[in-house]
Amino acid sequence: MKITTELVDYISELSRLSLPEEEKEAMAAQLERIVGYMDVLNRLDTAGVEPMSHVFPLKNVFREDEVVPSQDRAELLANAPAPDPEAFLVPKAVE
Amino acid sequence: MVPMGIKDNICTQGIKTSCASKILGDFRPPYEATASALLTEAGAVSIGKTNMDEFAMGSTTETSFYGPVKNPWDLSRAPGGSSGGSAAAVAARSCWYAVGSDTGGSIRQPASYCGVTGVKPTYGTVSRYGLIAYASSLDQIGPLARDAADCAAILDVLQGKDPRDGTSLDGQYGHLLEGLTGDVRGLKIGVPTDCFGDGLNGEVRRAVLAVADVLKSRGAEVVELSFPVMEYVVPAYYIIAAAEASSNLSRFDGVKYGWRAEGYDGLADLYNKTRTEGFGMEVKRRILLGTFVLSSGYYDAYYRKALQVKAVIKEAFDRAFETCDLLLTPVAPATAPRLGESLSDPLQMYLSDVYTVSVNLAGLPGLSMPCGSDSRGLPIGAQLIGPHFGEGRLLNAAHAFQSDTDWHKRAPKGGEEL
Amino acid sequence: MTWETVIGLETHVELATKTKIFCSCTTAFGGDPNTHCCPVCTGMPGTLPVLNKKVLEFAVKAGLALNCEITRYTKFDRKNYFYPDLPKAYQISQLYLPICRDGRVDIGGGKTVRIHELHMEEDAGKLVHDPWIDQTRADYNRCGVPLIEIVTEPDFRTADEVIAYLEKLKETLTYLGVSDCKMQEGSLRCDVNLSVRPAGSGELGTRTEMKNLSSFKAIARAIDYEANRQIELIQEGKRVVQETRRWDENKDATYAMRSKENAQDYRYFPEPDIPPVELSQDYLDALRAAQPELAPAKRARWQADWGLPEYDCQMLTSDPTLARFFEDTVALGAPPKQAANWIMGQVLAALSARAMEPKAMPLTPPTLARLIALVEGGALNRNTAVKVFEAVFDADGDVDAYVRDHGLEQVNDDALVEQAVERVLCANPKSVEDYRSGKDKAFGFLVGQVMRELKGKADPRAVNRLLRDRLA
Repeated sequence: MKITTELVDYISELSRLSLPEEEKEAMAAQLERIVGYMDVLNRLDTAGVEPMSHVFPLKNVFREDEVVPSQDRAELLANAPAPDPEAFLVPKAVE
Repeated sequence: MVPMGIKDNICTQGIKTSCASKILGDFRPPYEATASALLTEAGAVSIGKTNMDEFAMGSTTETSFYGPVKNPWDLSRAPGGSSGGSAAAVAARSCWYAVGSDTGGSIRQPASYCGVTGVKPTYGTVSRYGLIAYASSLDQIGPLARDAADCAAILDVLQGKDPRDGTSLDGQYGHLLEGLTGDVRGLKIGVPTDCFGDGLNGEVRRAVLAVADVLKSRGAEVVELSFPVMEYVVPAYYIIAAAEASSNLSRFDGVKYGWRAEGYDGLADLYNKTRTEGFGMEVKRRILLGTFVLSSGYYDAYYRKALQVKAVIKEAFDRAFETCDLLLTPVAPATAPRLGESLSDPLQMYLSDVYTVSVNLAGLPGLSMPCGSDSRGLPIGAQLIGPHFGEGRLLNAAHAFQSDTDWHKRAPKGGEEL
Repeated sequence: MTWETVIGLETHVELATKTKIFCSCTTAFGGDPNTHCCPVCTGMPGTLPVLNKKVLEFAVKAGLALNCEITRYTKFDRKNYFYPDLPKAYQISQLYLPICRDGRVDIGGGKTVRIHELHMEEDAGKLVHDPWIDQTRADYNRCGVPLIEIVTEPDFRTADEVIAYLEKLKETLTYLGVSDCKMQEGSLRCDVNLSVRPAGSGELGTRTEMKNLSSFKAIARAIDYEANRQIELIQEGKRVVQETRRWDENKDATYAMRSKENAQDYRYFPEPDIPPVELSQDYLDALRAAQPELAPAKRARWQADWGLPEYDCQMLTSDPTLARFFEDTVALGAPPKQAANWIMGQVLAALSARAMEPKAMPLTPPTLARLIALVEGGALNRNTAVKVFEAVFDADGDVDAYVRDHGLEQVNDDALVEQAVERVLCANPKSVEDYRSGKDKAFGFLVGQVMRELKGKADPRAVNRLLRDRLA
């Protein structure tokens, strides 16, 4: 299928990536080649095959509802790029 | 006290864990991955974190933000990837062994290029807690070491159910080291003819098929079989891996940890700038590909289709293991490429994963071991694939091979004395 | 032309588990920002979710009570979007195989509302803007608190029906003990999908979705406002735009939220980190058998078995703790009507004076039952009993000890009462005279004097009888 720069824009927007204009066309061409190659899968008839998300018959893995003390807040916040003693900071995000 | 290297996508408490990406900045996890905790408890001493392809996306360790790793056998060549740093460190005898992760061949292929032994265990048998996810349904931690016996000893420590990883399970193997008898009498080795056709380097073909001869001489039975799904494995793998990656890597947004871009204007710009400048090209390519295959209108044609193909591939393996105990295939179509040769053509790079990715799709154990060298003196690897929980069988066959050969004992220049 | 309003609801209910859905952090409300957090619920790389067993159990219990089909093979999916209150940038939810489907709720007046589905998911964090630094603070304490989202079919036609449904839902879920349904703490939140169409039309109009409705009152007002807004638009020849609108409580109006780019494309796909859940028949049978009796059944039973008035039944079932308190008190021997009167009177008054929830009440059923027994047995008169109740309420004190220590036992010895009557008659000849000359009021005064003489501990009936005998 044709991967247009509009489509690249759309998936970039969803991915929160903004490619510079000069990279967009190259990316569109590469993706088109890759996606075109993936169309090989259409040669395989999979009618009636159940999509397999988990390869194992593993099921029903649970945790008991028992409280474990939370992590020290200073440790959780230590890696935040915008330092604050009690929260993660972002530019205005409340409507 | 055994010195080990740890791939830098495995979280080490208080120690910088970068995934070889700019976007993780100086991230020091406030927690330890289960795998490294188990090894430390068993007496391992980490000599450092090993370089890798950014977020384990690549086949040469050239996509690392911190620069490429060189192959100890030939410094102009790539060590393979994505666990290239781990494989090179073991080959160069910088550490006794290393742990890596394997999503589509990332332990086995660099092990092959660097002449060491590596195992990608059965999905779920080694905890993924603390392994920074690339593709959650395919990722698995495993050892890279000098021979199968060392791999067995490391897996004995690593395997087991972890309450913090819901996809982990009780190892139905264990005591692997004790089980290495070298006795392969009656073992049925399947050689899928579809894996030895066009596109495979002749020297690699000969060296890998010679493994069958060695095992046969020790009493194994070798049978040819067809594995008619080879052309579908790479597209199915890249669709599934990219889809999961696009979601797994969304959390890197410059808010909670890692690097944040400067000079942004508002929230949307913070996200866009941080992610655009923080991720390398190959990572961005896979995020976009994954976003595309999951997006409205394309999900069924690509993602859902790939999950169906995955079921077909799993079934092909099930059929193969009805008649065989193990499968023998190449690890890669050729030996280590020159640095700088691979990145220009992403699709070509993806296609070189053709022998390894199906093992991840089916959740099977796979092992890569040195089985020869090409005319340039570069190591060649052979892959053994087992059924679920077939680690014991896999390692024993490799051990049998290594009892009769010395490819695994060869070291690159500078490493011989150790 | 007459118009019909068509409404469907999406209700998010926080489950009353002790821990979060995928990690072992507490779900306690409040707490300093980011103190109920760990690497899992803050989305640190390499961490993994593990499902809380209780969440599944509560979701199934809710589904059973709402007459849903329970999905025997259920899975989680990822819903992907970027927002700072969602640290993983995806919400673990259920799209393809939700835990419950096709339910129905009887909301009274012969009306049934169909439940489309009920699924499990995780809550997001809280964002608070700080104008001083012009930055928003992200607090992840609420991240990962378990939710069920209950989606109805577009079966409502009026705000009253919506409120009746929510009342019913709240009653059901609190009786099950799966949620406290406190709107003020955000544990019950509602999005309203609304469209209008000419009465009698079989087609649905374009709908809008309203968010930020934090009380039943706000829901009712928002529905009225939005229905009128849409009708006016259509009458003016304009068209309704499918969009999300926010209810502004202060302005009493809805307004369109900034529309983010094009349509949302959440790229749902199966969550690879959580294995599927398969429910056995045994599991379902056990949960079904353990379902508690819900309020309507209790009301019917109390009316039928104990002849309790409808009003009392409604009052006592307004809160599951109160209902249980009532039943336990009756089980300890208190006559149902007496127990009901005490609870609707003294107990509710005491709670209200202390601004206390029934759940936090210190008084226990044995204490109230003992108090009622003393009154019934004549050992304590009612006025004294009320005083004892006040005295023992806060520490669930020992009724018998209190009565003994304060000498409050009712005087049931006729000789003692007779002596007191004698003293009062001697001291009040004028009143005796008045009574005999036909002034009934004087009798009341004399009774009061006798009660006073006995420090209020006498049985008023005995005083009446003995006084009348003596004056006859």
